Amino acid sequence: MKQQDVQFDNDGQLRHFLTIEGLKRPILTDILDTAENFATVGSQNVKKVPLLRGKTIVNLFFEASTRTRTTFELAAKRLSADVLNININASATSKGESLLDMLHNLEAMHCDMFIVRHSRSGAAHFIAQHVAPHISVINAGDGRHAHPTQAMLDAFTIRKHKPDFTALRVAIVGDIMHSRVARSQIHALNSLGVPEVRVIGPHTLMPPEASHLGVHVYHDMEQGLRDVDVVIMLRLQRERMTGALLPSEHEYFQRYGLTEDKLALAKPDAIVMHPGPINRGVEISSSVADGPQSVILEQVTNGLAVRMAIMSMVLGRSPGSDDQERKA
Amino acid sequence: MNILIKSGHLIDPKNDVDGIHDIYISDGQIAAIGKSPKGFMAEQTIDANGKTVIPGIVDLSARLREPGHEHKGTIASETRAAAASGITTLCVPPDTDPIIDNPAVAELIQRRAEEAGFAHVVTLGALTMGLAGEQLSEMAELYHEGGCIGVSNGTRYINNTLIMRRAMEYAASCGLTVFITPEEHSLVNAGVAHEGSVSTRLGLPAIPEAAETVAVARELMLVEQTGVRAHFCRLSTGRAINMIARAQHDGLPITADVAAHQLHLTEMDLGYFNSQCHLRPPLRTQRDLECLQHGLQTGNITAVCSDHQPHDADAKLAPFSETEPGMSALETLLPLTLRMADEGLLTPIEVVSRLTQHPAEILGLDKGHLGIGAAADICIFDPEQYWVVDAEKLVSQGKNTPLHGWELKGRVTHTLLNGKTVFSLES
Repeated sequence: MKQQDVQFDNDGQLRHFLTIEGLKRPILTDILDTAENFATVGSQNVKKVPLLRGKTIVNLFFEASTRTRTTFELAAKRLSADVLNININASATSKGESLLDMLHNLEAMHCDMFIVRHSRSGAAHFIAQHVAPHISVINAGDGRHAHPTQAMLDAFTIRKHKPDFTALRVAIVGDIMHSRVARSQIHALNSLGVPEVRVIGPHTLMPPEASHLGVHVYHDMEQGLRDVDVVIMLRLQRERMTGALLPSEHEYFQRYGLTEDKLALAKPDAIVMHPGPINRGVEISSSVADGPQSVILEQVTNGLAVRMAIMSMVLGRSPGSDDQERKA
Repeated sequence: MNILIKSGHLIDPKNDVDGIHDIYISDGQIAAIGKSPKGFMAEQTIDANGKTVIPGIVDLSARLREPGHEHKGTIASETRAAAASGITTLCVPPDTDPIIDNPAVAELIQRRAEEAGFAHVVTLGALTMGLAGEQLSEMAELYHEGGCIGVSNGTRYINNTLIMRRAMEYAASCGLTVFITPEEHSLVNAGVAHEGSVSTRLGLPAIPEAAETVAVARELMLVEQTGVRAHFCRLSTGRAINMIARAQHDGLPITADVAAHQLHLTEMDLGYFNSQCHLRPPLRTQRDLECLQHGLQTGNITAVCSDHQPHDADAKLAPFSETEPGMSALETLLPLTLRMADEGLLTPIEVVSRLTQHPAEILGLDKGHLGIGAAADICIFDPEQYWVVDAEKLVSQGKNTPLHGWELKGRVTHTLLNGKTVFSLES
């Protein structure tokens, strides 16, 4: 309980962006509104705004990622920040240099922000608790815990199509147990006022006491999809096929893969989302992924604006001129 | 040397003593209680007015980290912390490095403890060679040559049930108690927190309740089959307590203990990845906590131990699941257990029995009481003194405690080992 406020500075402004949990609706709405302003930057001739000129942002990736790292890098560059990409093989830290030693070395180079992805839950919190006071941390995914920027870009995409969160039924389908995306989405949707969030998956991929997260739990896809406005499919990691979590990809697709038939159970204007990368024929059929209800590629585009918004809000929080500049 | 402990409130559950009595000590032994022996001239007098005097605490499980991990603690540093905690006897599990699977390691630990002179240290011998669960250890030799008072496979689960059965049978024929830390390895599955709403929220790999209950179930069946005397260490789930209670009711020769922190902390204390709450077995639910407290009340659990596991600072400085489990727990054992009396769950005499008489009986040691002729292992504490836990000020080399900042009641003022003062708060 004592550590609850690590995301906020003494003035109650967002200093780090680690998890959606505990963030109130006005903050989330503020992020979405700010992202709205940035959404047009990419289509302009000059695709840059000078908000973060002179700031140094470090992409600190302890886990392989191309898409997320690229969008963060692009978002930072569009805000005119200098970007450093550091990819660390997780095993390299376990021998020799400790995580903290590495952080302190980077701090000594006068960086302003760490964007962290790590395979362990809680890694972003740990780093935020130990960095120098002038550094902000954005969580780009920690273990199974949280992926808050992904959840915000999903909320942004939903709002584009369904402006009133309080009238929605959303289903999240697949490997809830191991998904940081699902956890963050659940917090975001609940905080934004979605009255019914459902999670759908087999017992082996459902965390215990999942309902405590504020969701309705379904094990049957047909029941769970009935009358929903938004279907979010999760990626099924191939390694889940070992370790007795699932019998086979084939059976998984039969029961939980999103096909046109199953999608027909949702509302006719339901949208289909996926955080990517897609396993076609495992969690979703190509006809649905590429179909008219899919907004999967929009999510990628929106990821840029939402990450620009979060970066600029966190780094531009110092009182005075920065604040006005951002609004301008 | 003659010592007089004057006007203290003596609680000695084994001898059914609970009142203000003077204690007379001669040559390291209790010479008399209440009435001065003929010609007794005290060379040292300890004024225990307003204090409680109890037998030295017997701790069923404490890692001292030596040999093998001296950067976390040494026998000298940790027995010194024990003395400051009123603990006069410590039982060390066999998972030192090297492992206590031969008498030489046990002897080394004994010798170092005697050199340090702060506490008695007894050892558990390994149940299988290298704790690998394949080859039985030379239990008789560990007992006769190494002085091991029991056998255990530490926290290493023996996957092969046949080997567990044979180990129990052999221990029974040596007359040794088997100490069992029940945790079915495959169900732990690299988990680091209790499987429940907190691990779900934080996305931490989880250890289900069944990791404990499945292990307890198997070992209970084997105890029944082999007739070995068994002690279940550091239980954490309500269901396991129920299974133990039923087996005791059926007459099985088993006892059980619980770690003091499990009586006061739950999964909720993990907050946002507080690595000081990374413990094994994990902190469980409020319901489990209440069952553990209830088990102490009913006597199905008869002992409270510290489960002391000191660490260097780095061991806790990493993302939660990369940190090492365990807490530095000697110095909070007595006040945490006394809290049970403050909360009206146990009487003071019951609290003392679960820290002294019963653990000594489980170990088969003539300790944990202050009868005439007994060794003068004594803990004196001020039952009314409040103190705030400051991790950096712990005597133990391990400063890792989730209780930093907690206000606790009951402070040890003196500890005597064989009549020698090994700790005094004033000095």
